[in-house]
Amino acid sequence: MSIKKIGKRLLQIVIVLIGISFFTFMLTYLSPGDPVTSMYAATGMMPSEAVLEQTREELGLNNPFLVQYGNWLWGCLHGDFGTSYSLHKPVLDLLSMRLLPTLKLSLLSLVIMLAVAVPFGMLSAVYRGKPIDYLVRFFTFFGVSMPNFWVGLLLLYVVALKWKLVPVVSSGQGFNKIILPAVTLAFAMAAKYTRQVRTAVLEELGQDYVIGARARGEKESVILWRHVFPNALLPLVTMLGLSLGSLLGGTAVVEVIFSYPGLGNLAVTSITAMDYPMVQGYVLWIALIYMVINLLVDISYNYLDPRIREKR
Amino acid sequence: MQKKSNVFVKNKMFTILLILAVCIGLVAVFAPFIATHDPAAAVLTDALKAPSGDHWFGTDKLGRDLFSRVIYGTRVSVSASLILVACIFLVGSILGILAGYFGGWVDAVIMRIADMMIAFPGMVLAIAVAGILGPSITNAVIAITLVSWTKYARLARSLVLKMKNCDYVEAARVTGSTTIHILVKYMFPNVTPTLIITAATDIGSMMLELAGLSFLGFGARPPMAEWGLMLSEGRAYMQNAPWMMVFPGLAILIVVVIFNLLGDSLRDVLDPRDE
Repeated sequence: MSIKKIGKRLLQIVIVLIGISFFTFMLTYLSPGDPVTSMYAATGMMPSEAVLEQTREELGLNNPFLVQYGNWLWGCLHGDFGTSYSLHKPVLDLLSMRLLPTLKLSLLSLVIMLAVAVPFGMLSAVYRGKPIDYLVRFFTFFGVSMPNFWVGLLLLYVVALKWKLVPVVSSGQGFNKIILPAVTLAFAMAAKYTRQVRTAVLEELGQDYVIGARARGEKESVILWRHVFPNALLPLVTMLGLSLGSLLGGTAVVEVIFSYPGLGNLAVTSITAMDYPMVQGYVLWIALIYMVINLLVDISYNYLDPRIREKR
Repeated sequence: MQKKSNVFVKNKMFTILLILAVCIGLVAVFAPFIATHDPAAAVLTDALKAPSGDHWFGTDKLGRDLFSRVIYGTRVSVSASLILVACIFLVGSILGILAGYFGGWVDAVIMRIADMMIAFPGMVLAIAVAGILGPSITNAVIAITLVSWTKYARLARSLVLKMKNCDYVEAARVTGSTTIHILVKYMFPNVTPTLIITAATDIGSMMLELAGLSFLGFGARPPMAEWGLMLSEGRAYMQNAPWMMVFPGLAILIVVVIFNLLGDSLRDVLDPRDE
């Protein structure tokens, strides 16, 4: 990818960020709820209308919409994403505190998913039409149709409550805490990826170079691992990048089930508490991370696949 | 011969699935006749009863009959998902047709917004929108529509671009058809088949997203009988009343499996090239 192309993508990222932030800001502005009332309600106080009005004035909520948005954007550009209404700490600190747990969770679930999807996908492709292929396809079908929050609940019930292998609620950050949510997230993804691996391997197995290799008398295992495998994995790289991005934002449901202290959990509580600076900061950061990951994937793709490099 | 029997088998599969889907629809329509109890009637003395002859799926924390609630849940979940898919379909295809047909700045504006939506994890925005608009099933539908229409718009746009310079469209224009007439009578019918196939395969995953939002508390509100919401209620009573989370989840699984299979086989029947 040329420098010019990368620059163009970076510009696009900036435009999307501005658009997305404007959109969420407008939503919070139009939203029927009153953040100040809910802020005081959370502390158990019932302040007078004068106090409410004063707080609104202090928070700048009485300014015209564009002024509010402009102030916020100006702050963001200077690294100040505002202060959380409900937790009374800078949004940036709260977000960065939660980022690492979510990142760990996402990466672990990707590893588990690959450990399942790649072997089974290849098995299913190599033994196409055999019983094992049907079995794998049957399971992948159920995998994509199961609601992931239900999988999470069942796992929690069986593994934590019945077998007592891990604590139901633990305050720690260890393996016990992370394994169930990671397996839950990996579950539906594994089904999707197994299908992808199967399709990709099947496609590669039908290529001429496979016939050529067979004609040269190479062993089936060598053909599979040395020739087919690297080619089949290439399209997966893009998908993995996309998955990592959506995992960072899409772990909310699973984090809530397992009371996991991640970004998604924070987002859900902030939205419920009408903590708008938090929500705006969250949306902006997730968008930024997601797009940067996608850009990195596209750049890495260039190095992984020489054909693309030559074409440009 | 081989091929002929193959098509036959596929269509048989489709017929069976269609009958199953119709059955789900009938369950929703005739819920009052199937349910054994009033789904909203709370009998606190019967709270958290295990499945039995009287309460087939047990009862929940308020002593409401779970079987009846699951049956009534079909109404909410299935109709909301179908409405959602219809909304996405309409919004996406209309915007896509406009972008493709008019081109220029209309195209630029619509497609840049679409790019923006694609460059962003959908569920995050859906949660934010549903949360900010306030929890209700209507707002959940609006939220998911807002983030999901882009796929349909891109598809519709590419189809329109392909045919807008066809001779028969040119002829319609020359003979003085109004633009609206061309859009409605020529463009829309031509993009629908492809989009309907996409929509059919999407029903299952849309159902999962809706249930997910309800589970988080951004969709259906209590005391509504909705499967995602029922699962989230069951979560708190997992230890004492596991049936509260087993049966609604099973209901979601069955319905999603049937709609997913139906979508796949509809695609196979209508679009045999795609094998």
